[in-house]
Amino acid sequence: MIGFAAWRARTAPLVLTLALMAGPALAVQPDEMLADPALEARAREISRNIRCPVCQGESIDDSNAAISHDLRVIIRERLVAGDTDDEVVDFIVDRYGEFVLFNPRASGSNLILWLAGPAMLVLGGGIAFFAMRRREVAPLAALTAAEEARLKEILKD
Amino acid sequence: MQFRVARNPGGMPMIVELGHFALVLALMVALVQALLPLWGAHRGNAALMAVAAPAAVVQFALLALSFGVLTWAFVVSDFSLAVVTANSHTLKPMLYKITGTWGNHEGSLLLWSLILALFGASAAWFGGNLPERLRARVIAVQGLIGVAFIAFLLFTSNPFWRLQTPPLDGNDLNPLLQDPGLAFHPPFLYLGYVGLSMAFSFAIAALIEGRVDAAWARWVRPWTLAAWIFLTIGIALGSWWAYYELGWGGFWFWDPVENASFMPWLLAAALLHSAIVVEKRESLKSWTILLAILAFGFSLIGTFIVRSGVITSVHSFASDPERGVFILGILAFFTGGGLVLYALRASAMEAKGLFGMVSRESALVLNNILLAVSAFVVFIGTIWPLISEIMMERVVSVGEPFFNAAFTPFFVALAVVLPAGAMLAWKRGDLSRALKGLIPVAALSVALALLVWAMQSGRSALGPIGVLLGAWVVLGALLDLWSRTGRGANRLSRLTRLPRADWGKASAHAGLGVLIFAVSAMHAWKVEVIRVAQLGETFALGQYDVTLKEVHDEQGPNYRTTMAEMVVTRAGAPVAVMYPEKRFYPVQAMPTTEAAIHQTALRDLYLVIGDAQQNGGWAVRGYLEPFAVWLWIGAGLMALGGLLSLTDRRYRVAAGARRPVAQGVPAE
Repeated sequence: MIGFAAWRARTAPLVLTLALMAGPALAVQPDEMLADPALEARAREISRNIRCPVCQGESIDDSNAAISHDLRVIIRERLVAGDTDDEVVDFIVDRYGEFVLFNPRASGSNLILWLAGPAMLVLGGGIAFFAMRRREVAPLAALTAAEEARLKEILKD
Repeated sequence: MQFRVARNPGGMPMIVELGHFALVLALMVALVQALLPLWGAHRGNAALMAVAAPAAVVQFALLALSFGVLTWAFVVSDFSLAVVTANSHTLKPMLYKITGTWGNHEGSLLLWSLILALFGASAAWFGGNLPERLRARVIAVQGLIGVAFIAFLLFTSNPFWRLQTPPLDGNDLNPLLQDPGLAFHPPFLYLGYVGLSMAFSFAIAALIEGRVDAAWARWVRPWTLAAWIFLTIGIALGSWWAYYELGWGGFWFWDPVENASFMPWLLAAALLHSAIVVEKRESLKSWTILLAILAFGFSLIGTFIVRSGVITSVHSFASDPERGVFILGILAFFTGGGLVLYALRASAMEAKGLFGMVSRESALVLNNILLAVSAFVVFIGTIWPLISEIMMERVVSVGEPFFNAAFTPFFVALAVVLPAGAMLAWKRGDLSRALKGLIPVAALSVALALLVWAMQSGRSALGPIGVLLGAWVVLGALLDLWSRTGRGANRLSRLTRLPRADWGKASAHAGLGVLIFAVSAMHAWKVEVIRVAQLGETFALGQYDVTLKEVHDEQGPNYRTTMAEMVVTRAGAPVAVMYPEKRFYPVQAMPTTEAAIHQTALRDLYLVIGDAQQNGGWAVRGYLEPFAVWLWIGAGLMALGGLLSLTDRRYRVAAGARRPVAQGVPAE
């Protein structure tokens, strides 16, 4: 992991020059694809959610980088060897780190990320609810005795 | 600030210096515009307050001159300017020489400052009916933001840097940016980002004054509407560009740069709605002020994210922190300062209009909560990699799967409650009555969804759900419009006489419904073929047959292109002949794909030519993008809705009137 982070730091200037926008996405090539459509569909689904380690925010499915090609091939090799989807993903995470997952795992500190939205909804909704209840239009109160008397007076005229 | 004098090959050595001096002068004028009127408003000195309007106009004129000079330098390819050398080339087509002015950090920031000054000057031109003190303060706050950004330009990102030895030719603009969609994407986006500065300035002025009323909301709302319309168009242009240029029909990637524009859009949408409540019911005042501060704050956060490189990599930020730290300072000063002022003064904004738990007001509160939480989810997803790496030392990525899972539920909830909420009465509504009125809409939507469910036979539920939600929102918007015509005869003629704001509401809401439908349809029913095709070979793409007729090379103005001819037929009948290209820009040594797109109301045919294969033949890609055109129609309807509301009579009357508008302008 540490080695990876350091490596990423070294490649940062390169990443920046490539920055701004993704290149033309020719991505997954016909010669990489598996003959079995079911396996190929699984491979595509997995590679859509794996981040290209040297690009700016591209998945390996969209990226032209050499490493993305290698990863796409590895995914297909593992699938052909009989791995489940999770095993393939674990295989890649073991080697490249959690950084390559576009779908951050809902564990440990990442729970904050996943729960932030719902927590904010509960918080905002709660505040709004109590604020509104406090300020709600008061239901029409029954007339007091004095008002009742005055009303009778008015009606008498 | 340093000035370098260099020999100028262009023969008009002074012009660039003029632009540079105009920029320096604009900084001085902005300082005057910021300080004197604020002081004048504080002391009740009319002479000092009167400085505001002319200063704003002069600042705008100076920046326009400066920007004009930079554009001129790009047009004549003055490579003595570093920014021209880095981003232009003599062979580049003229359109992209001009748009290249803002296709880089320095030039785009100058454009940003120019637009900021334009909004300040607009407050001077059209703000005649504002109370003198409020107007002075609004223009002053605009001036203060101007000071920050012009200083940022001059001290860290000066577009008028000279090169000591100008090269013979430049490095060209990134070929991906040499495109009409992207050429006009930034100006619209900046008009939106910067337009929110007006809401911010009004909010700050109101906080200093300690008063918010219906008239205030009536002034703020048109500016916010304009900003939101520009943001809508800008985001749509960027998305459209990604769709046809990146070569596989994706239109939204949840990229940090996209998110940076999406967050202010969401908050501006919330602000639009809460300002209605302030305007019509004198309630939600303090929340509206907070939203105005946050909406502009998120514009600044977006600028920070895009310009500092901090999201790309913490390390690249640390290695060249000058620009990032400067923007962070601007962000901290304006957002932080605004929030502190808010904390001190917000309690002065007492609400007048009370409302029940079930009412139009409470529905708009719900709208605001959902939009604000959506923006918050986008925000935390965008910055989480940064937080996680710095605080948890855990290097993670956050991409499309997270946003799809965490963002979508809030937007679905918004779409579900929208038609009912929009039809509730002010103050105290009757939910069951509104729902009863919507029964035909619900029935029709469910019927449509079931029909689609039956037609698509066994694919994911996403498509039918998209149809259900989209129809619910669109039909709900139409019913809402129809219900405004009252009862009895002549409803059709009354429909044509409804205020434009009603039409605007219907159009914008229907646009959202159309967009929801198109997004789900494109996710659910996309057809993709990736394969090798030999010359003359025919392959199937959905119900279409595509034949690769031939491939040849051509020379463009500043690129080489490999162009394929593909013939598309359906059941033997010709549909289209399409010419996808693969270009190579030698100056930047960069390839681009130019997909060929054949569009109808029901689907886009999207063809891409790839690399030549070793065993002969070409890699080709074909996509059927169902209902793709409805994405842009939906976005267009939303922008049109904003435009209709903006031109509603009550704003035109308010803008033209010199006398106080009804409902009480504060008597100064």
